[in-house]
Amino acid sequence: MTWNGEYVIEIEGLWTKFGEFVVHRGVDLKVRTGEILALVGGSGSGKTTLLRQMLGLETPHQGSVAIFGERLDSSDRVALQALRNRWGVLFQEGALYSALPVFDNIALPLRELKCFDEDLIRAIVMQKLTMVGIEPRHAFKMPSDLSGGMVKRIALARALALEPELVFLDEPTAGLDPDRSDSFVALIRELHRELHLTVVMVTHDLDTLFELATCVAVLADQKVIAIGPVREVIAKPHPFIKTFFLGERAQRAIEVIRDYPFVV
Amino acid sequence: MLEIVAGASGPGVLPRGRWNVRGLSAGVGGSAARRRISALNAQLAELARAPGASWNLSHAEAMDHVGALMLWRAWGGQVPQNLTLDAQHRLLFDNFTREEAPPAVEAGPDPFAPLTAIGRDMLRFLEHLTGFVRLLGQVVLDLGRFVRRPLAGPWREISANLYRSGAQALGITALVGFLIGIVLSYLSSKQLKQFGADIFIVDLLGVAIIRELGPVLAAILVAGRSGSAITASLGVMRVTEELDALTVMGIPQGFRLIMPKVVALAIALPLLILWTDVVSILGGMVAAKIQLDLSMSYFFNALPGAVKIANLWIGVGKGVVFGALIALVSCHFGLRIEPNTESLGRGTTSAVVSSITVVILADAVFAIAFSNVGI
Repeated sequence: MTWNGEYVIEIEGLWTKFGEFVVHRGVDLKVRTGEILALVGGSGSGKTTLLRQMLGLETPHQGSVAIFGERLDSSDRVALQALRNRWGVLFQEGALYSALPVFDNIALPLRELKCFDEDLIRAIVMQKLTMVGIEPRHAFKMPSDLSGGMVKRIALARALALEPELVFLDEPTAGLDPDRSDSFVALIRELHRELHLTVVMVTHDLDTLFELATCVAVLADQKVIAIGPVREVIAKPHPFIKTFFLGERAQRAIEVIRDYPFVV
Repeated sequence: MLEIVAGASGPGVLPRGRWNVRGLSAGVGGSAARRRISALNAQLAELARAPGASWNLSHAEAMDHVGALMLWRAWGGQVPQNLTLDAQHRLLFDNFTREEAPPAVEAGPDPFAPLTAIGRDMLRFLEHLTGFVRLLGQVVLDLGRFVRRPLAGPWREISANLYRSGAQALGITALVGFLIGIVLSYLSSKQLKQFGADIFIVDLLGVAIIRELGPVLAAILVAGRSGSAITASLGVMRVTEELDALTVMGIPQGFRLIMPKVVALAIALPLLILWTDVVSILGGMVAAKIQLDLSMSYFFNALPGAVKIANLWIGVGKGVVFGALIALVSCHFGLRIEPNTESLGRGTTSAVVSSITVVILADAVFAIAFSNVGI
C-alpha cells in the first residue's frame, strides 16, 4: 500500500450505470485529508449514488475508487475489512439496528473486533454517548422510542465507535428542526476539530453547507463540475451553480460563510 | 507498547506505539489481540499501584479515546500526579472527567420469575383473544356495510386478493395434492389388497380427500403462503406509517384492508379446496391404476356412489371458515407489529403458526359437529 496521506479519497474516471441509465460519466474527485467536503447537486444527480460508490455499496461500471490508497475493488479481504474499520457512516435515517438497544448498537462494532473486554467496551460506549450529548439514562432504550434528533446523534456515536479517520454523512441535518440542526452542525464541527476527522457529506441544506464545509464538490451533468472552497465554487459561471447558490434562499444563508480553520 | 525507565522516585512509564483502536486490535483474529490487551491492562494496573510512578504520554505514536480509556481505568478514574501530556492528548482526558457513572443495568434474579412468566403469558393470551374478538366484530360490521351498499364496496381490493391468494396458489396446491393422493393410494391399496377389498379404495380415497385431506392441505398451504404475506404487508405498512396515512385520509383500514382480505380468502379457499380435491383424486386414481390395476372409468363411475354429496359440502364449508380464520388471524398479528425488524419476524411466524393451529382446531370442531353427516 503506497498511500502518501495527502488524499483520503481518490476517484478517477468513475462511471455508474443502472441498466442503460448513466448516472456518472467519468467523475473525478479527490478529498484532501482533514477536509470537510460537501457533495451537492440537484435531485437525482447521483450524490447518494456517489456516496454509495465511496462506501463500496455500488460497483463502478468503469474507473476506480480508492480510499486511504486502497482500491475498493481490491480482492484483499483483510485489507478491505481494515479499511472499513477506518471509516464511519451516518446514514440518512440513522439505520440503527431496531432490534438492539442504544447501548448494543454502539457496542456492536467494538464487540465485532473481539479484542476488548466488556468493561472497556462499556466505558467506551458511555464516553461516546457523552461525546454526542446523550445522557446515560437513554442507553438502554430501543431506537423506536427515540426522537429523530437523538437517533441521529446515536447513529453518529456508532459511526465514531471505532475512532475512524474518515466519516461519511448522508444528509446529516435532514429531518431535524433548525435548533437541533444547528446543534448537530456544531457537534460535527467540534468533533472534526477534536478527532482530526476527514468528513464527506451529502447535503441539500445550504445552512449546513456554509456552516461546515471547507470544500464543495458540485455534481451536475453526470460529472463533478466544480470542486474547491465555497467562495471559489460560487464564482463559477455554471447554470446549476447560479440557481443553487445564488437564489434568494442561498443569499440569506451565504452570509454565514466563514473562513474555517481546519487542522490536518 | 510500554517502556519502563527508572525515574527519580519510582518507575517512569512511557507508552509507545499506537494506542488507538487500530494499533490495539492489530493482528490476525481477535484472540491474540485480546490476550495482549489483557496483559497490557494487568501491567498498567500494577504500574499504577507502584508508588511514585511517573507517566509520560508524549512518546505514544498515536492515541485515541480507547487507548486513553485504558490508561484512565488503570489510574482508577483520575489523572495521576506525575503525568506529562501533549496538548492534543489532554483533550482526550478532558472528556473523561465529565463522564457520569454508567447506570446500573439490571436487578438480581427474581425467585418468582417462572410464576410471573405464566401470569404474563396468560394475560398476553387474553389480550390476544380480546383483540381478535374486536377485529372479528369490526369485520362483521364492515361486512354489514358492504352488504347494505355493495356498489361502494372495495371490489378492486377483493379481486386483487383473490388473484394473489387464490389464482397464484393453484400450482403449489396441485403439486402437493397430486403427490399426497399418490402416497395415500399406494399405502392404502397395499393394505386393502390383503383383504381382497381392492374396490374400496374408491370409498377410502373419496371420503378422506374430499372431507378431510383436501380442505386441511389447502388451508395449511394457504396459511403458509398468504397468511405470512398478509401479516408482513400489514406490518410493513405499520412501520412505514401507511396505516396512519390511510386513517388521516379518512379511508377506514378495516373496510379497505382487512375485510377484503377476509372475503377474498373465504371465497378463494373453498375453490382451492375443490381444485386440490380433484387433483388429489387424480393422483390416487393413477396410483390405483398402477398398483391395483383399477381402471379409471370404474373409479369415476364408483365415486358418486361411494362418497355422499354432503361430504363435498362439508369440505367447501370448511374452506369458507378456514379461509376467513386464516385471514383474520394474519391480520390480527399484522396490525400488532411494532416498528422494528425483530417484531416483524416474530409476528409473521406467530401468524403462520397460529393460523395453522386455529385451522386444525376448527377442523376438530367440524369433525365432532358433523360426525353423523355424510358417512
